[in-house]
Parts: sequence; structure tokens; C-alpha cells
Amino acid sequence: MSLEKRPNGLESPLRRKLLLGTAAASVASLLPPRAWADAFPTAQVNTTGLAVTDIDVTVGILHSVTGTMAISETGSVEAEKLAIDQINASGGVLGRKIKFIQEDGASDWPTFAEKAKKLLVNDKCASVMGCWTSASRKAVLPVFEQYNGMLYYPTFYEGLEQSKNVIYTGQEATQQIIAGLNWVEKEKGAKTFYLLGSDYIWPRTSNKIARKHIENVLKLKVVGEEYFPLGHTQFNSVINKMKLTKPDVIYAIIVGGSNVAFYKQLKAAGIDLSKQTLMTISVTEDEIDGIGGENIAGAFACMKYFESLDNSNNKAFVSAFHKMWGDKTVIGDVTQAAYLGPWLWKLTVEKAGSFDIDKIAAASPGVEFKGAPEGYVRIHENHHLWSKTRVGRARTDGQYDVIYETADLMEPDPFPKGYQ
Amino acid sequence: MSQSLTKNRNIELIGFAILAVLLVVVLPLSLDIFRLNLIGKYLTYAFVAVGLVACWGYTGILSLGQGVFFGLGGYCMAMFLKLEASSVANTKIQSTPGIPDFMDWNQLTELPFFWVPFKSLPLALIAVILVPSLAAFILGVAMFKRRVGGVYFAIITQALAAVLTILIIGRQGYTGGINGITDLRTLLGWDIRTDHAKYILYFVCCAALFGSMFLVRFVLASKLGRILVAVRDTEERVRFSGYDVANFKVFVFCLASAIAAIGGAMFTLQVGFMSPSFVGIVPSIEMVIFCAVGGRQSIIGAVVGTLLVNWGKTLFSESFPELWLFFMGGLFIAVVLLFPRGLAGLVTDQLLPWIGRLSGGRRQVAAAGSAPAPAPAE
Repeated sequence: MSLEKRPNGLESPLRRKLLLGTAAASVASLLPPRAWADAFPTAQVNTTGLAVTDIDVTVGILHSVTGTMAISETGSVEAEKLAIDQINASGGVLGRKIKFIQEDGASDWPTFAEKAKKLLVNDKCASVMGCWTSASRKAVLPVFEQYNGMLYYPTFYEGLEQSKNVIYTGQEATQQIIAGLNWVEKEKGAKTFYLLGSDYIWPRTSNKIARKHIENVLKLKVVGEEYFPLGHTQFNSVINKMKLTKPDVIYAIIVGGSNVAFYKQLKAAGIDLSKQTLMTISVTEDEIDGIGGENIAGAFACMKYFESLDNSNNKAFVSAFHKMWGDKTVIGDVTQAAYLGPWLWKLTVEKAGSFDIDKIAAASPGVEFKGAPEGYVRIHENHHLWSKTRVGRARTDGQYDVIYETADLMEPDPFPKGYQ
Repeated sequence: MSQSLTKNRNIELIGFAILAVLLVVVLPLSLDIFRLNLIGKYLTYAFVAVGLVACWGYTGILSLGQGVFFGLGGYCMAMFLKLEASSVANTKIQSTPGIPDFMDWNQLTELPFFWVPFKSLPLALIAVILVPSLAAFILGVAMFKRRVGGVYFAIITQALAAVLTILIIGRQGYTGGINGITDLRTLLGWDIRTDHAKYILYFVCCAALFGSMFLVRFVLASKLGRILVAVRDTEERVRFSGYDVANFKVFVFCLASAIAAIGGAMFTLQVGFMSPSFVGIVPSIEMVIFCAVGGRQSIIGAVVGTLLVNWGKTLFSESFPELWLFFMGGLFIAVVLLFPRGLAGLVTDQLLPWIGRLSGGRRQVAAAGSAPAPAPAE
């Protein structure tokens, strides 16, 4: 079958449709773009007036490219543009090329809301890839629900949310935390934990889940829990406390620039991460770029993706990414999750046979992407992704060695019972 | 001289009329609801700029913390709307139904005491004005009675902005933290998210803005306004003349803050959420820039400046998502270098005399030319 030559990601829904013997679809897939429009007339696949024509479809990219979050969100923008490029090169979505309109959220939540509204109301974007921080997502969520848009949100986040109008391509908190804690208990024989975090909703909710899991499920002990304002740079007093309490595991959810100070001060205080177990869920390859590999080498990170992941999808993804954006770029967990957005949307549209938001929302559960750099993902009924949890150990060169992955996909559970 | 004053007053009234026609007739007819809603959002910043004209332009008190009052007003409104949106029916998946979602996430099990008054709309509306005014009063009394002024006062207001931001972010169980108070839906059962509601809110916002502009104009045109100008130009002389300068400063600072707070409340209603990103140092300084671009001694100029800067911000950032900040920076530098009195100064110093020359009225030109020079910026 000619389809076999297509990149992996194109396979699943289209192929299923072909195997079912839908003649129109099978003919259409072999025809040049013009014929796609005949097989799937615009009037039929777009009944709600989205920006879809016979030859193209417009999506939005909404991230901060200026302001304090720009450094984190740039990778997501790059990944989304790469995915769009690749989708266009392989024939587009229902035969239509993707055009994108990029807007700058400027690290400012109300700006995100304003731009989201613009993308939906003025530009009629068929979907939007975007947002990074929880605050920006919270700001745009009512906009997406009111104007019935579809947002692909890439960041691992605290959960406690589920919307018809959002596909969460990152992990919700339990997916990132529980498997990692189980691993550290089993492999490191950990008995006591010290929880740290930046002071906002994601670290607080994550540590709440971690504490419940440690105390109620693993029956172990939390010896300390502390929070620091965003941008905090003085960690000496908490480092001293940790030296006194000697926890088996330091569990750190410190975000952004604070990380640089934290890991440097840990090292300066003589805490050797090759002996002291430290687990983080907030440091990806992107952050190590700023922290410096030598300062964090030996720490364990719990993510779903690492750039060093060894599989053929990822090799192709990493080399395409470097080709497009330069060899110096690093790819963190969120960047990979952002790359999933356009692909999942394409697969969902083709499964639904329509660009209509309601139909996409209904068709999303069960959509699987076999070309995912992280291996394989599938959308759950709750619009989050089934994906594996992995533990990596930081190397001095800023990459992680993947030392553990869960055997099965972890089920997303944004409202975990017993953890609230 | 009295003739030229009357003339200036006439020019000002014509300015008000043009602005009113533009905001109330032209824009609603020519823009779709999305753009109009954006204009409504910009107009809420114009409240702050109008307050700054009284406080900074006329009295010489440079406050770099007006975002605090804008934010307090906005938060008071948001607290009421959030409580209405958090009915038991809407929040039944929470461990404690009936309290705002972020409190539930932060393990709060009952409504904090200071949230309770915000269940009532009249109390919330009173709080919108009262809380920021009280904050301004306390700060004003503490500073001005001790004769702290100028740069020192500006720094203190900045510190206040920083303190309040940290407080809001740090106490997220009580304030919503860095996410702010989001997902506001109805006002006494009236859905504020519909297009129809947005139109109505826009006109309410315009009405409130013109009300504030006339109030400020009334104050500045009165004898009180003369004293304020005198305080700006030679504070010592006013004091030696037997006036208690501090009281006047406290008054005008409270006035500016109350007006900023009304803007904040209108912002919450139109945008549908409030977050600490409006309280901090950067937005506070931005609001001073709006006022400076428009002309800090002109009420109309401040409103127009706010509209233009924000319009430029939206336009540039839509067209050049990665470069727009440079354009904005360039624009500010250009305005400050070329028109130190802002756009309003451009109109009164350049445009009007030019029109005067065209119509051959040499006497008026002389009158305009002899107007007292503005005091240098602090």
C-alpha cells in the first residue's frame, strides 16, 4: 500500500478508514490536493465558519516570545512550527496546507486572553497551539469555552482541570509524580522526603499529591516542605535545614531562574548529587542550559520525554529539529509535548472527517499518535494523554540518561481521588 | 487674559466633544465587538491616566504605584463576581462546594472573613472606591505629613506595588495567587461574557470615564486646582502662605487612586478576570507612560495617549510578534525627545498657533505664547 511509505504519524486513523474500505477516502488519499477538496468539500468539513478553504486551513500559535517566559516558550513555538512544516510536506490536513498566525502573549496573562480572543474571533483559527504557564491557560480558558475554540496545551501542569475545548498534551501532576516516587522508593530505598517548590499553584498542587502518596500509599515520611517566591535566589537557609534533617530524597519543584541559584548553592554547600538523591519534576534540558550541567549532574528528573530517548521516532525528530533550528538547541519535555499538538489535531480532524470543533472534541478520545518522539501516545476521554513516565539522570553535558521507564502507559487522572 | 482663558476653555470643551463623539458614536459603529472590547479595556487604563493628570501633571506628585489602586479596585470587583460564579451548584465537584475554586485547591474549607462582605454587590461597589482610597489615604498621610516628596515618594509607591504583588502571589489560597481571579461569569445573574453585555459595559465604561474626566476638570478648574498648581511649582511658598500642603496632596492622591480603582473595576467587568500582573511595578510605570505620551497636563491628552499607546501595542504585536517591543521603545523615546509635553502639548503649542496663523488671528497667538511655561518633570 502506498500509505506504508508515509511517515509514521499519518498512519492510524487514515489507515483504519482505508481498511474499513471507505472508497472515497481511499481514492482521495492518493489524489493531489485539489482532489481532496472534492472528496471533502469545504462546506461539509467546516460547517461553523472556521478559516478553512479548499487549499488551506489556518491555525494559531500563541506563546510568549517576549518577556520572562520567552526563554521557556521559544522551544514550544519551534516544535509547533516544525510539526506544521512536516504535516504540510506530507500532504496537509484533509489535503489542506496549514497556515499559521503567530501571536505574542508577552508573558502577560491578560495579553494571552486578548490574543486568544483575536485568534478565535477575528482569525477564526481552526485550532490554537499555545500557552505555557497555568496562569496563561487559566486566562484563556474562558475565551476558548465561550467562542468554542480548540487549544492544544503542551506543559506538564497541576491537573484539576478538564475542558471540552482543551487537549492537554503534557502530563497532569499524578502522571509525573507517582511513578517517580514509586521508583525512588524501590530503587533507592528512600524513607524520608524533603519537599521544595516555587510558590504557585503547580508546585503546591504537585507537592500535595506527592505528600499524600508518600504518607498514605508508600507509608513513608515527609520531613519538610517549603515554598519560595518566583525568582527567589537565596536558598542557604533551606539548604542548612536539609543538612540537619538529612532527608533521603530532596524533592524539588523549583521553576525558572531560581533553579540556577538553587543548584549552584547546593553544590557550594557541599551537597553532592551523586550521593544525595535529588528528584525534580521541573528541570528539563532547557533549564539545564541555564543551570549548567556541572551543577546538576547526578540529579534525577521525572518526565515523559528526554532528548536522549532511544527510539527511531525520536532520532528522526531530534535531527529534524536540529536541522531546522540549529545544532545548539536542546529539546525538553514540553518542547516534545508541543510537537504533539499539531499532529494530534491533524489526526483528530482526519478521524472526524471535519474541522468542526464539536466534532473534533468528540473524536479526540482514542486518537493515537504512533509517530510521537516519546514513543506512543493516545488521547484519553478526559482530553489528557496516556503516556509513559520516565526517570532520567542528569549528565554533565546537559543531557539526561534515561534509567527507568514505566512498563505501561500511565493513565491521566486530573482529579485524582484520595490526593485532594 | 480672561479672554484667552475663555478661549482655552472653549478649546477644551471642543476636545471633550470630539472625544465623546469618537468613543460613543464612531468607534462602536465602525469596529466589531472584539476590537470595541479592546478599546473598552484601554479606556480602563485611561482612568489611571486621568487620575495621574491631577496628581502628577497638576500637583507634581509622581506616583509609580497607580497599578496598586487599579488592582485593588479590580480585585474588589473580581471578588464579588467570583463569589457569584462559585455557587454551590457550579462547584459541586470540589471538596468544599460554594467557595472559589482556587481556595479549594489550596485546602481552604471555608470562606476567609474578608471575603464575606463581597457577597453583596452594594458593599463590593463601596469597597471598590473605599479600599483603594483608604490605602492611598494611609500612604499619603504617612508620607506627605512627613514632607516626603519627589523621587522618594515615587520610590515608596513602587515599593508598595512590589509589596502588594508579592502579597497577592504569596497568599494564593486567599487571592488566587499568580493566576489571579479567573473565570468570572455573571453580575447578578446577567452574563457579562456575551457580545450584548460587552456593548453595554463599553458604554458604562465610557460614561464612567467622562464622569471622572469632568470631576477632575472641575477640581482642577476650581480654586483648589490653583492651589494644587501652586503646590507643584513652589511648595514652600504655599506653606508659608498658611496652607497645609500635606492635606492638599493627600486629597489629590486619594482622588487619583479612587479614579484608578473605578478603572480597575471596569477592567474586571470587561476582561473577565483580574491578576497580579496589573498590580506590579511594570504596569504602574506603563500607566505613567500612557499619561506622559498624551500629555500629563491635559485630561483629554491622557485619554488619547492611553488609547494610542495601547492601540499601537496591539497593532505592532499582531504584525511583528517578535519585534514589537522595539517599536514601542522607539516610540516612547521619540515622544519624550520630540514632544516633552506629550501629544496634547503638540496640539496646543504647535497645531493651534499654526491654525491661528492660518486664520490670521495674530493676537491669539501672542496670548497662547505668553502662557506660563510648564514646570520641569520631577
